[in-house]
Amino acid sequence: MGTKRQFRIWRGDESGGDLQDYAVEVNEGEVVLDVIHRLQATDAPDLACRWNCKAGKCGSCSMEINGKPRLSCMTRMSTFEDDETVTVTPLRTFPVIRDLVTDVSFNYEKARETPAFAPPADVAPGEYRMQQVDVERSQEFRKCIECYLCQNVCHVIRDHEENKPAFSGPRFFIRAAELDMHPLDAKTDRKEYAQSEMGLGFCNITKCCTEVCPEHIKITDNGIIPMKERVVDRRYDPLVWLGSKIFRRGQVPQTSVTSEHHSGAGSAQSGVHSHAGGSHDARSEAQAQKGVNWHRQVPHPTAPPLDANGKLPLTELTFDKAAAPSPFGDDVTFPLPPEHLNFAHPQQDQPKH
Amino acid sequence: MTETRIERHHYDVVVIGAGGAGLRAAIEARLAGKKTAIISKSLFGKAHTVMAEGGAAAAMGNVNPRDNWQVHFRDTMRGGKFLNNFRMAELHAKESPQRIWELETYGALFDRTKDGKISQRNFGGHEYPRLAHVGDRTGLELIRTLQQKIVSLQQEDKRELGDYEARIRVFAETTITELLLDGDRVAGAFGYYRESGEFILFEAPAVVLATGGVGRSYKVTSNSWEYTGDGHALALRAGATLINMEFLQFHPTGMVWPPSVKGILVTESVRGDGGVLKNSEGKRFMFDYVPDVFRKQYADNEAEADRWYKDPDNNRRPPELLPRDEVARAINSEVKAGRGTPAGGVYLDIASRLPAEEIRRRLPSMHHQFKELADVDITKEPMEVGPTCHYVMGGVEVDPDSGAAAGSVRGLFAAGEVSGGMHGSNRLGGNSLSDLLVFGKRAGGHAASYTDQLPTRPKISVAAVEAAVETALAPLQRDTGESPYVLQQDLQAVMGELVGIIRREGELVDALGKLAQLRERVAKVSAAGGRRYNPGWHLALDLRNMLVVSECTAKAALERQESRGGHTREDFPQMDAKWRRVNLVCSLDGDAVRLERKPLPKMRPELISLFDRAELAKYLTDEELAEFDALTEEAGK
Ligand SMILES: Cc1cc2nc3c(=O)[nH]c(=O)nc-3n(C[C@H](O)[C@H](O)[C@H](O)COP(=O)(O)OP(=O)(O)OC[C@H]3O[C@@H](n4cnc5c(N)ncnc54)[C@H](O)[C@@H]3O)c2cc1C
Ligand code: SF4
Ligand code: SF4
Ligand code: FES
Repeated sequence: MGTKRQFRIWRGDESGGDLQDYAVEVNEGEVVLDVIHRLQATDAPDLACRWNCKAGKCGSCSMEINGKPRLSCMTRMSTFEDDETVTVTPLRTFPVIRDLVTDVSFNYEKARETPAFAPPADVAPGEYRMQQVDVERSQEFRKCIECYLCQNVCHVIRDHEENKPAFSGPRFFIRAAELDMHPLDAKTDRKEYAQSEMGLGFCNITKCCTEVCPEHIKITDNGIIPMKERVVDRRYDPLVWLGSKIFRRGQVPQTSVTSEHHSGAGSAQSGVHSHAGGSHDARSEAQAQKGVNWHRQVPHPTAPPLDANGKLPLTELTFDKAAAPSPFGDDVTFPLPPEHLNFAHPQQDQPKH
Repeated sequence: MTETRIERHHYDVVVIGAGGAGLRAAIEARLAGKKTAIISKSLFGKAHTVMAEGGAAAAMGNVNPRDNWQVHFRDTMRGGKFLNNFRMAELHAKESPQRIWELETYGALFDRTKDGKISQRNFGGHEYPRLAHVGDRTGLELIRTLQQKIVSLQQEDKRELGDYEARIRVFAETTITELLLDGDRVAGAFGYYRESGEFILFEAPAVVLATGGVGRSYKVTSNSWEYTGDGHALALRAGATLINMEFLQFHPTGMVWPPSVKGILVTESVRGDGGVLKNSEGKRFMFDYVPDVFRKQYADNEAEADRWYKDPDNNRRPPELLPRDEVARAINSEVKAGRGTPAGGVYLDIASRLPAEEIRRRLPSMHHQFKELADVDITKEPMEVGPTCHYVMGGVEVDPDSGAAAGSVRGLFAAGEVSGGMHGSNRLGGNSLSDLLVFGKRAGGHAASYTDQLPTRPKISVAAVEAAVETALAPLQRDTGESPYVLQQDLQAVMGELVGIIRREGELVDALGKLAQLRERVAKVSAAGGRRYNPGWHLALDLRNMLVVSECTAKAALERQESRGGHTREDFPQMDAKWRRVNLVCSLDGDAVRLERKPLPKMRPELISLFDRAELAKYLTDEELAEFDALTEEAGK
């Protein structure tokens, strides 16, 4: 029969709450979600938690267990010591609704902003032909069960509420990557869009997202990095840039990512990029274009400090700085030296050169 | 009554359910220009469809060009033991390929054949490789694709009308507790937001039910908390009828060990890819359980069965691929005969049949799941499996072409698992996902055209809304009743023990008595806590649905004195041709479930002549056979 085990579970709502202690019976072979269900059926009938499949397939039951973001239906009790107290808290990056349930609508908003698959115009349904090797790359990303653990753990929004409007997060970077790698997707500016509108630039490749993904999707290595590399290539490759200048006359020359990319009417907004991620103000961006020093080498950001395991410390508590690492790279100090600025004052005169 | 805030919305079509059927219906209604709402008990994209593993059956003929809709139709009828609504089976077989191809234009990425088409795999009961699949996460692909299609429609609306939600809106974590009528016409739906406990009222002339199944009434089940038969019960209360409720599918191979994962399914493709079933003596027992009707298609020795994987055209199939009910029954018999595993199942062995590398490649998420959840390496050791409540064949009686609910109500449509008829007495694996698409589209489209021909919009009566509020709040206001969790456990015990996989008259009578007692206890249930995200309260409200649906199942199971598909009577072990002509129809008479017999619609001549006489002889009455002979004679002339 089962043994009694100690649990501390966060109870409360947006107005506050605290950890409450429970002693629960645990049987052999059970997972954390089983224990929560037992609590609901006994001591805490109104304990709120999400779940559906209990098989790691739906991504509903995300929570933080002993501080680690996990699917509770996939966390076996046997992974803890018998006398260990198991602490269960809601995802930290999203606002709490009640107990272990958080408001994840941020993710649905970002999903809605990410441009959908664009079917090829001249291929009829039933005529799609793709090779297995070509679909496999996108299929990896389509394994995503939308548990949002990666979103929860990404420091860009975990500790910085203010980044949320400009940053879509790893889940949606791989959505962009998936469409970018889709053999028949008719849209050609997925990477550029990710850079300029989804805030890909904020990501400094800490790989925390890959680390927590229950589907073992290589979010950074297979999704984010290839997209960044390609964008970066184009940004620094003088030939490509020249090409764009010669062939795309009449258009505002753009700082960065726009070489072959053509985004039609919306280009003033979607094609531009400032180094601190996307700017959503088309006018100030267009201004900035004029004052750009094209030959300036932008310093590569250095990665933030990692712990002994080569991982980024997850929370501020255990981190050696007062806040999460700077998305600009830890070598950048503020204010920036003026020659590093790509900024044009709205009222400034014609640029000097 | 104290004052209660109720949020009101106006829509043309309200779709209850965000699984495959609901999303496909909503897409169709929106494409027809209707203002559409999608309502779901859980978050968007988490519905049950996500869990389907094996694939979606559609006779595209990509792998074996001899496949076509006629063959698929035949397999479906055979699987359902000829009790299917033939018209639904026909539409399903004809339209599935288009529905699958359409998904590709929404962005789906199925596994491919060498020549770049959609790959298709073998599955129990299907004559040719027919299931379009993505590894073993086909349901996820399906739901994500539809979800993303809805997003793309919302993006269109945003460009055109400035608002993502101008024409299609998703109400996630919202539960509908009541349908509201104006006379015999649907006028709207009433429910609550799980998050806040606030009430919400939809005024809409057409409602599509796509709420899935009823499995939570059983303890060992692959189904989630959502599956409390809400749609079935809503339909009944609105005056619609349910058919085939005695037919429940027990998936033959759910995990039985370790306990926490009891009920989780091991996909049939494990068997399709070479897995075999063995009892505790190590015997491959399925050869002993091939019923006469299947002798022609299934091997009777291991050598031939093993050759089939390589050369399916010249060998009969392994008996492990028999339809699910046969496999479930065989396992049940082995366990009862004392040849089961310690946990009460049998062994499913793929480890000794395929190289580890191959298993990992073909069954990646299966391998992953077992490793993570049970610390079992399926490439090294066999799995312990047993029958699990999985799918309800029965559901809302509908018009095959439009999905409109039968009975006295108008403006109510149903599609997906909540509807009945398509699968007859037993569903073939893979037929559900394509069913969702085919009939989801139809129901959505017909709901839209129904609203067009309405002269006036039906009105909601204030009294009905007040009553709905009162019913919803009652469990919170009572503090003398029992806990909903206790009641659910008791219900599960009654259904599992007395209305389970093998049924007997005495036990069914007993079950009806116990259900009547439970009904009184459920009427007095009380839930602790407040209205905000309170699972106890939610369960208390679901219980009455589970109960009425369980009563339908028990009543119909008692009435049908034969064994067929998902209904096995120990006291009537044979299939009886006379019973094939009968549908059992449930409706509500006040509070009580009323059961009626209704004749099955008759198959059209060109469809029935797709079958061999010898095969029909196993299913039809002499009278029907004589008719068939007359027909073939006619055609011969
Ligand atoms: C483990 C598993 C594996 C399977 N494998 C296969 C397979 O390989 N091939 C196959 O063809 N089929 C398979 N099936 C069956 C198939 O997945 C289901 O039958 C099908 O997904 C049902 O889809 P649906 O659209 O009818 O409903 P669901 O996808 O179940 O969706 C029901 C929806 O209704 C909502 N809902 C319910 N009640 C209410 C209410 N009161 N108010 C508001 N919303 C409500 C729910 O929130 C949910 O969104 C499998 C099923 C399971 C459980
Ligand atoms: S690599 Fe780090 S910064 Fe980039 S998305 Fe993942 S968690 Fe966020
Ligand atoms: S990418 Fe992985 S971690 Fe992120 S939402 Fe998808 S499954 Fe979860
Ligand atoms: S409950 Fe579905 S992933 Fe945990």
